[in-house]
Amino acid sequence: MTIATSHRIADILTRHEQPILEAWLREQLVALSARQDLISEADLRRQSAEFLALFTSACRSGNITDITAPEWKQSCSNLGNVSRSRATQGFSPSETATFVFSLKQPFFSRLRQELGGDAAGLAEEMWNATVLLDKLGLYTTEVHQKAREEVIKLQQAEMLELSTPVVKLWDGIIALPLIGTLDSGRTNIMMENLLQSIVDTGSDIAIVDITGVPTVDTLVAQYLLKMVAAARLMGAECIICGIRPQIAQTMVHLGVEFGNVVTKASLADALAYAFRQIGCTVSKQTSRS
Amino acid sequence: MTATKSRTMPLDSCEEIVHLRQTTRSWMAEQRFTLVEQTKMMTATSELARNAVVYGGGGSAKLELLEGSGRMGIRVVVEDQGPGIADIGQAMTDHFTSGQGMGLGLGGAKRLVDDFEIRSEPGKGTVVSITKWK
Ligand SMILES: Nc1ncnc2c1ncn2[C@@H]1O[C@H](COP(=O)(O)OP(=O)(O)O)[C@@H](O)[C@H]1O
Ligand SMILES: [Mg+2]
Repeated sequence: MTIATSHRIADILTRHEQPILEAWLREQLVALSARQDLISEADLRRQSAEFLALFTSACRSGNITDITAPEWKQSCSNLGNVSRSRATQGFSPSETATFVFSLKQPFFSRLRQELGGDAAGLAEEMWNATVLLDKLGLYTTEVHQKAREEVIKLQQAEMLELSTPVVKLWDGIIALPLIGTLDSGRTNIMMENLLQSIVDTGSDIAIVDITGVPTVDTLVAQYLLKMVAAARLMGAECIICGIRPQIAQTMVHLGVEFGNVVTKASLADALAYAFRQIGCTVSKQTSRS
Repeated sequence: MTATKSRTMPLDSCEEIVHLRQTTRSWMAEQRFTLVEQTKMMTATSELARNAVVYGGGGSAKLELLEGSGRMGIRVVVEDQGPGIADIGQAMTDHFTSGQGMGLGLGGAKRLVDDFEIRSEPGKGTVVSITKWK
């Protein structure tokens, strides 16, 4: 790769920026014709003009092979923004990559026009341009993927908040039914919810039901113990229930002990215990017919 | 003893620990391991995977279904290229932790499975292999 060849590309881009932009826009409008709901023509024009200008100036640096180099930083960050906004707007990865790939056609026909008489030169520049645009296209796909993952993480976080409800069972008794895996993000929310509910309801007893937790490893056990200790500091007693037989056996082998924490087999047992603690009695009505 | 099925999974985040655990469980359920055996293996796997993420700075896990001489088993090999463990005896001791854990992960994992092997070289990384036979 000589400096001279890369200057040919930069030179052609610079001299024909406007017609290339117009042709590129036409390509994109055709490719995205079904997506007019997602992006306006004016926005597309602005995005395209911005990127083409940065792309041209990056090519002028002489480096048209390594897009991780500093001279490509601005182009890539611009492209990254386009990809991210498309990912959140609901464009598919291929629709996002179209932004770059649709530049090929107008760019190549311009190269043909300019270098038509020099077959070797044309072949070389076509190859250079293809490799370069392919790299940039793949880059948009990578950014798109990462942005989608972010969206999913956000949605998960929202769901986690929904899925850790504290319910009031009786005056002075609340319950926290835990369902699913307990990763650290979620346990913090759970703990906050539980402590806040203890305060809000003035409860003396909090029942934590782990029937829906598939694994209790040392990390989960530690969370549960922390929760009990924190509730205790708030003046409430925590009862853990719903430890299934296979979990109990596993905990014994692990060597984890819940020590002086009250544990009950089922939520019903825990509630019966809680009633006794607050001095409530539940009895069947005797029929007198 | 030959591996009839094998899969390597990355281990760099909480989500990947959960994924490994779930895969271990579904492989065992397919082979009709009992619920107790499934839970024990999943829990041991979880401990090793978390160590690889927390202390090893991430790594990978290889899941293998073993078959031969009339028995079958499942093996999980968790590997990282982290700082390694200088004193394995100390690390295996119950309640020893260099972090904020309960210090029961390694010892507990060993008690939960049939075969347990640990190799570690300071500066190079750690490999722990656990197997449950049926
Ligand atoms: N993969 C690893 N890489 C480096 N050190 C480890 C690794 N796994 C365990 N250790 C060391 O062994 C100690 C004990 O581990 P473990 O029994 O799981 O308890 P905990 O995770 O609660 O500390 C850890 O605190 C750590 O110092
Ligand atoms: Mg551990």
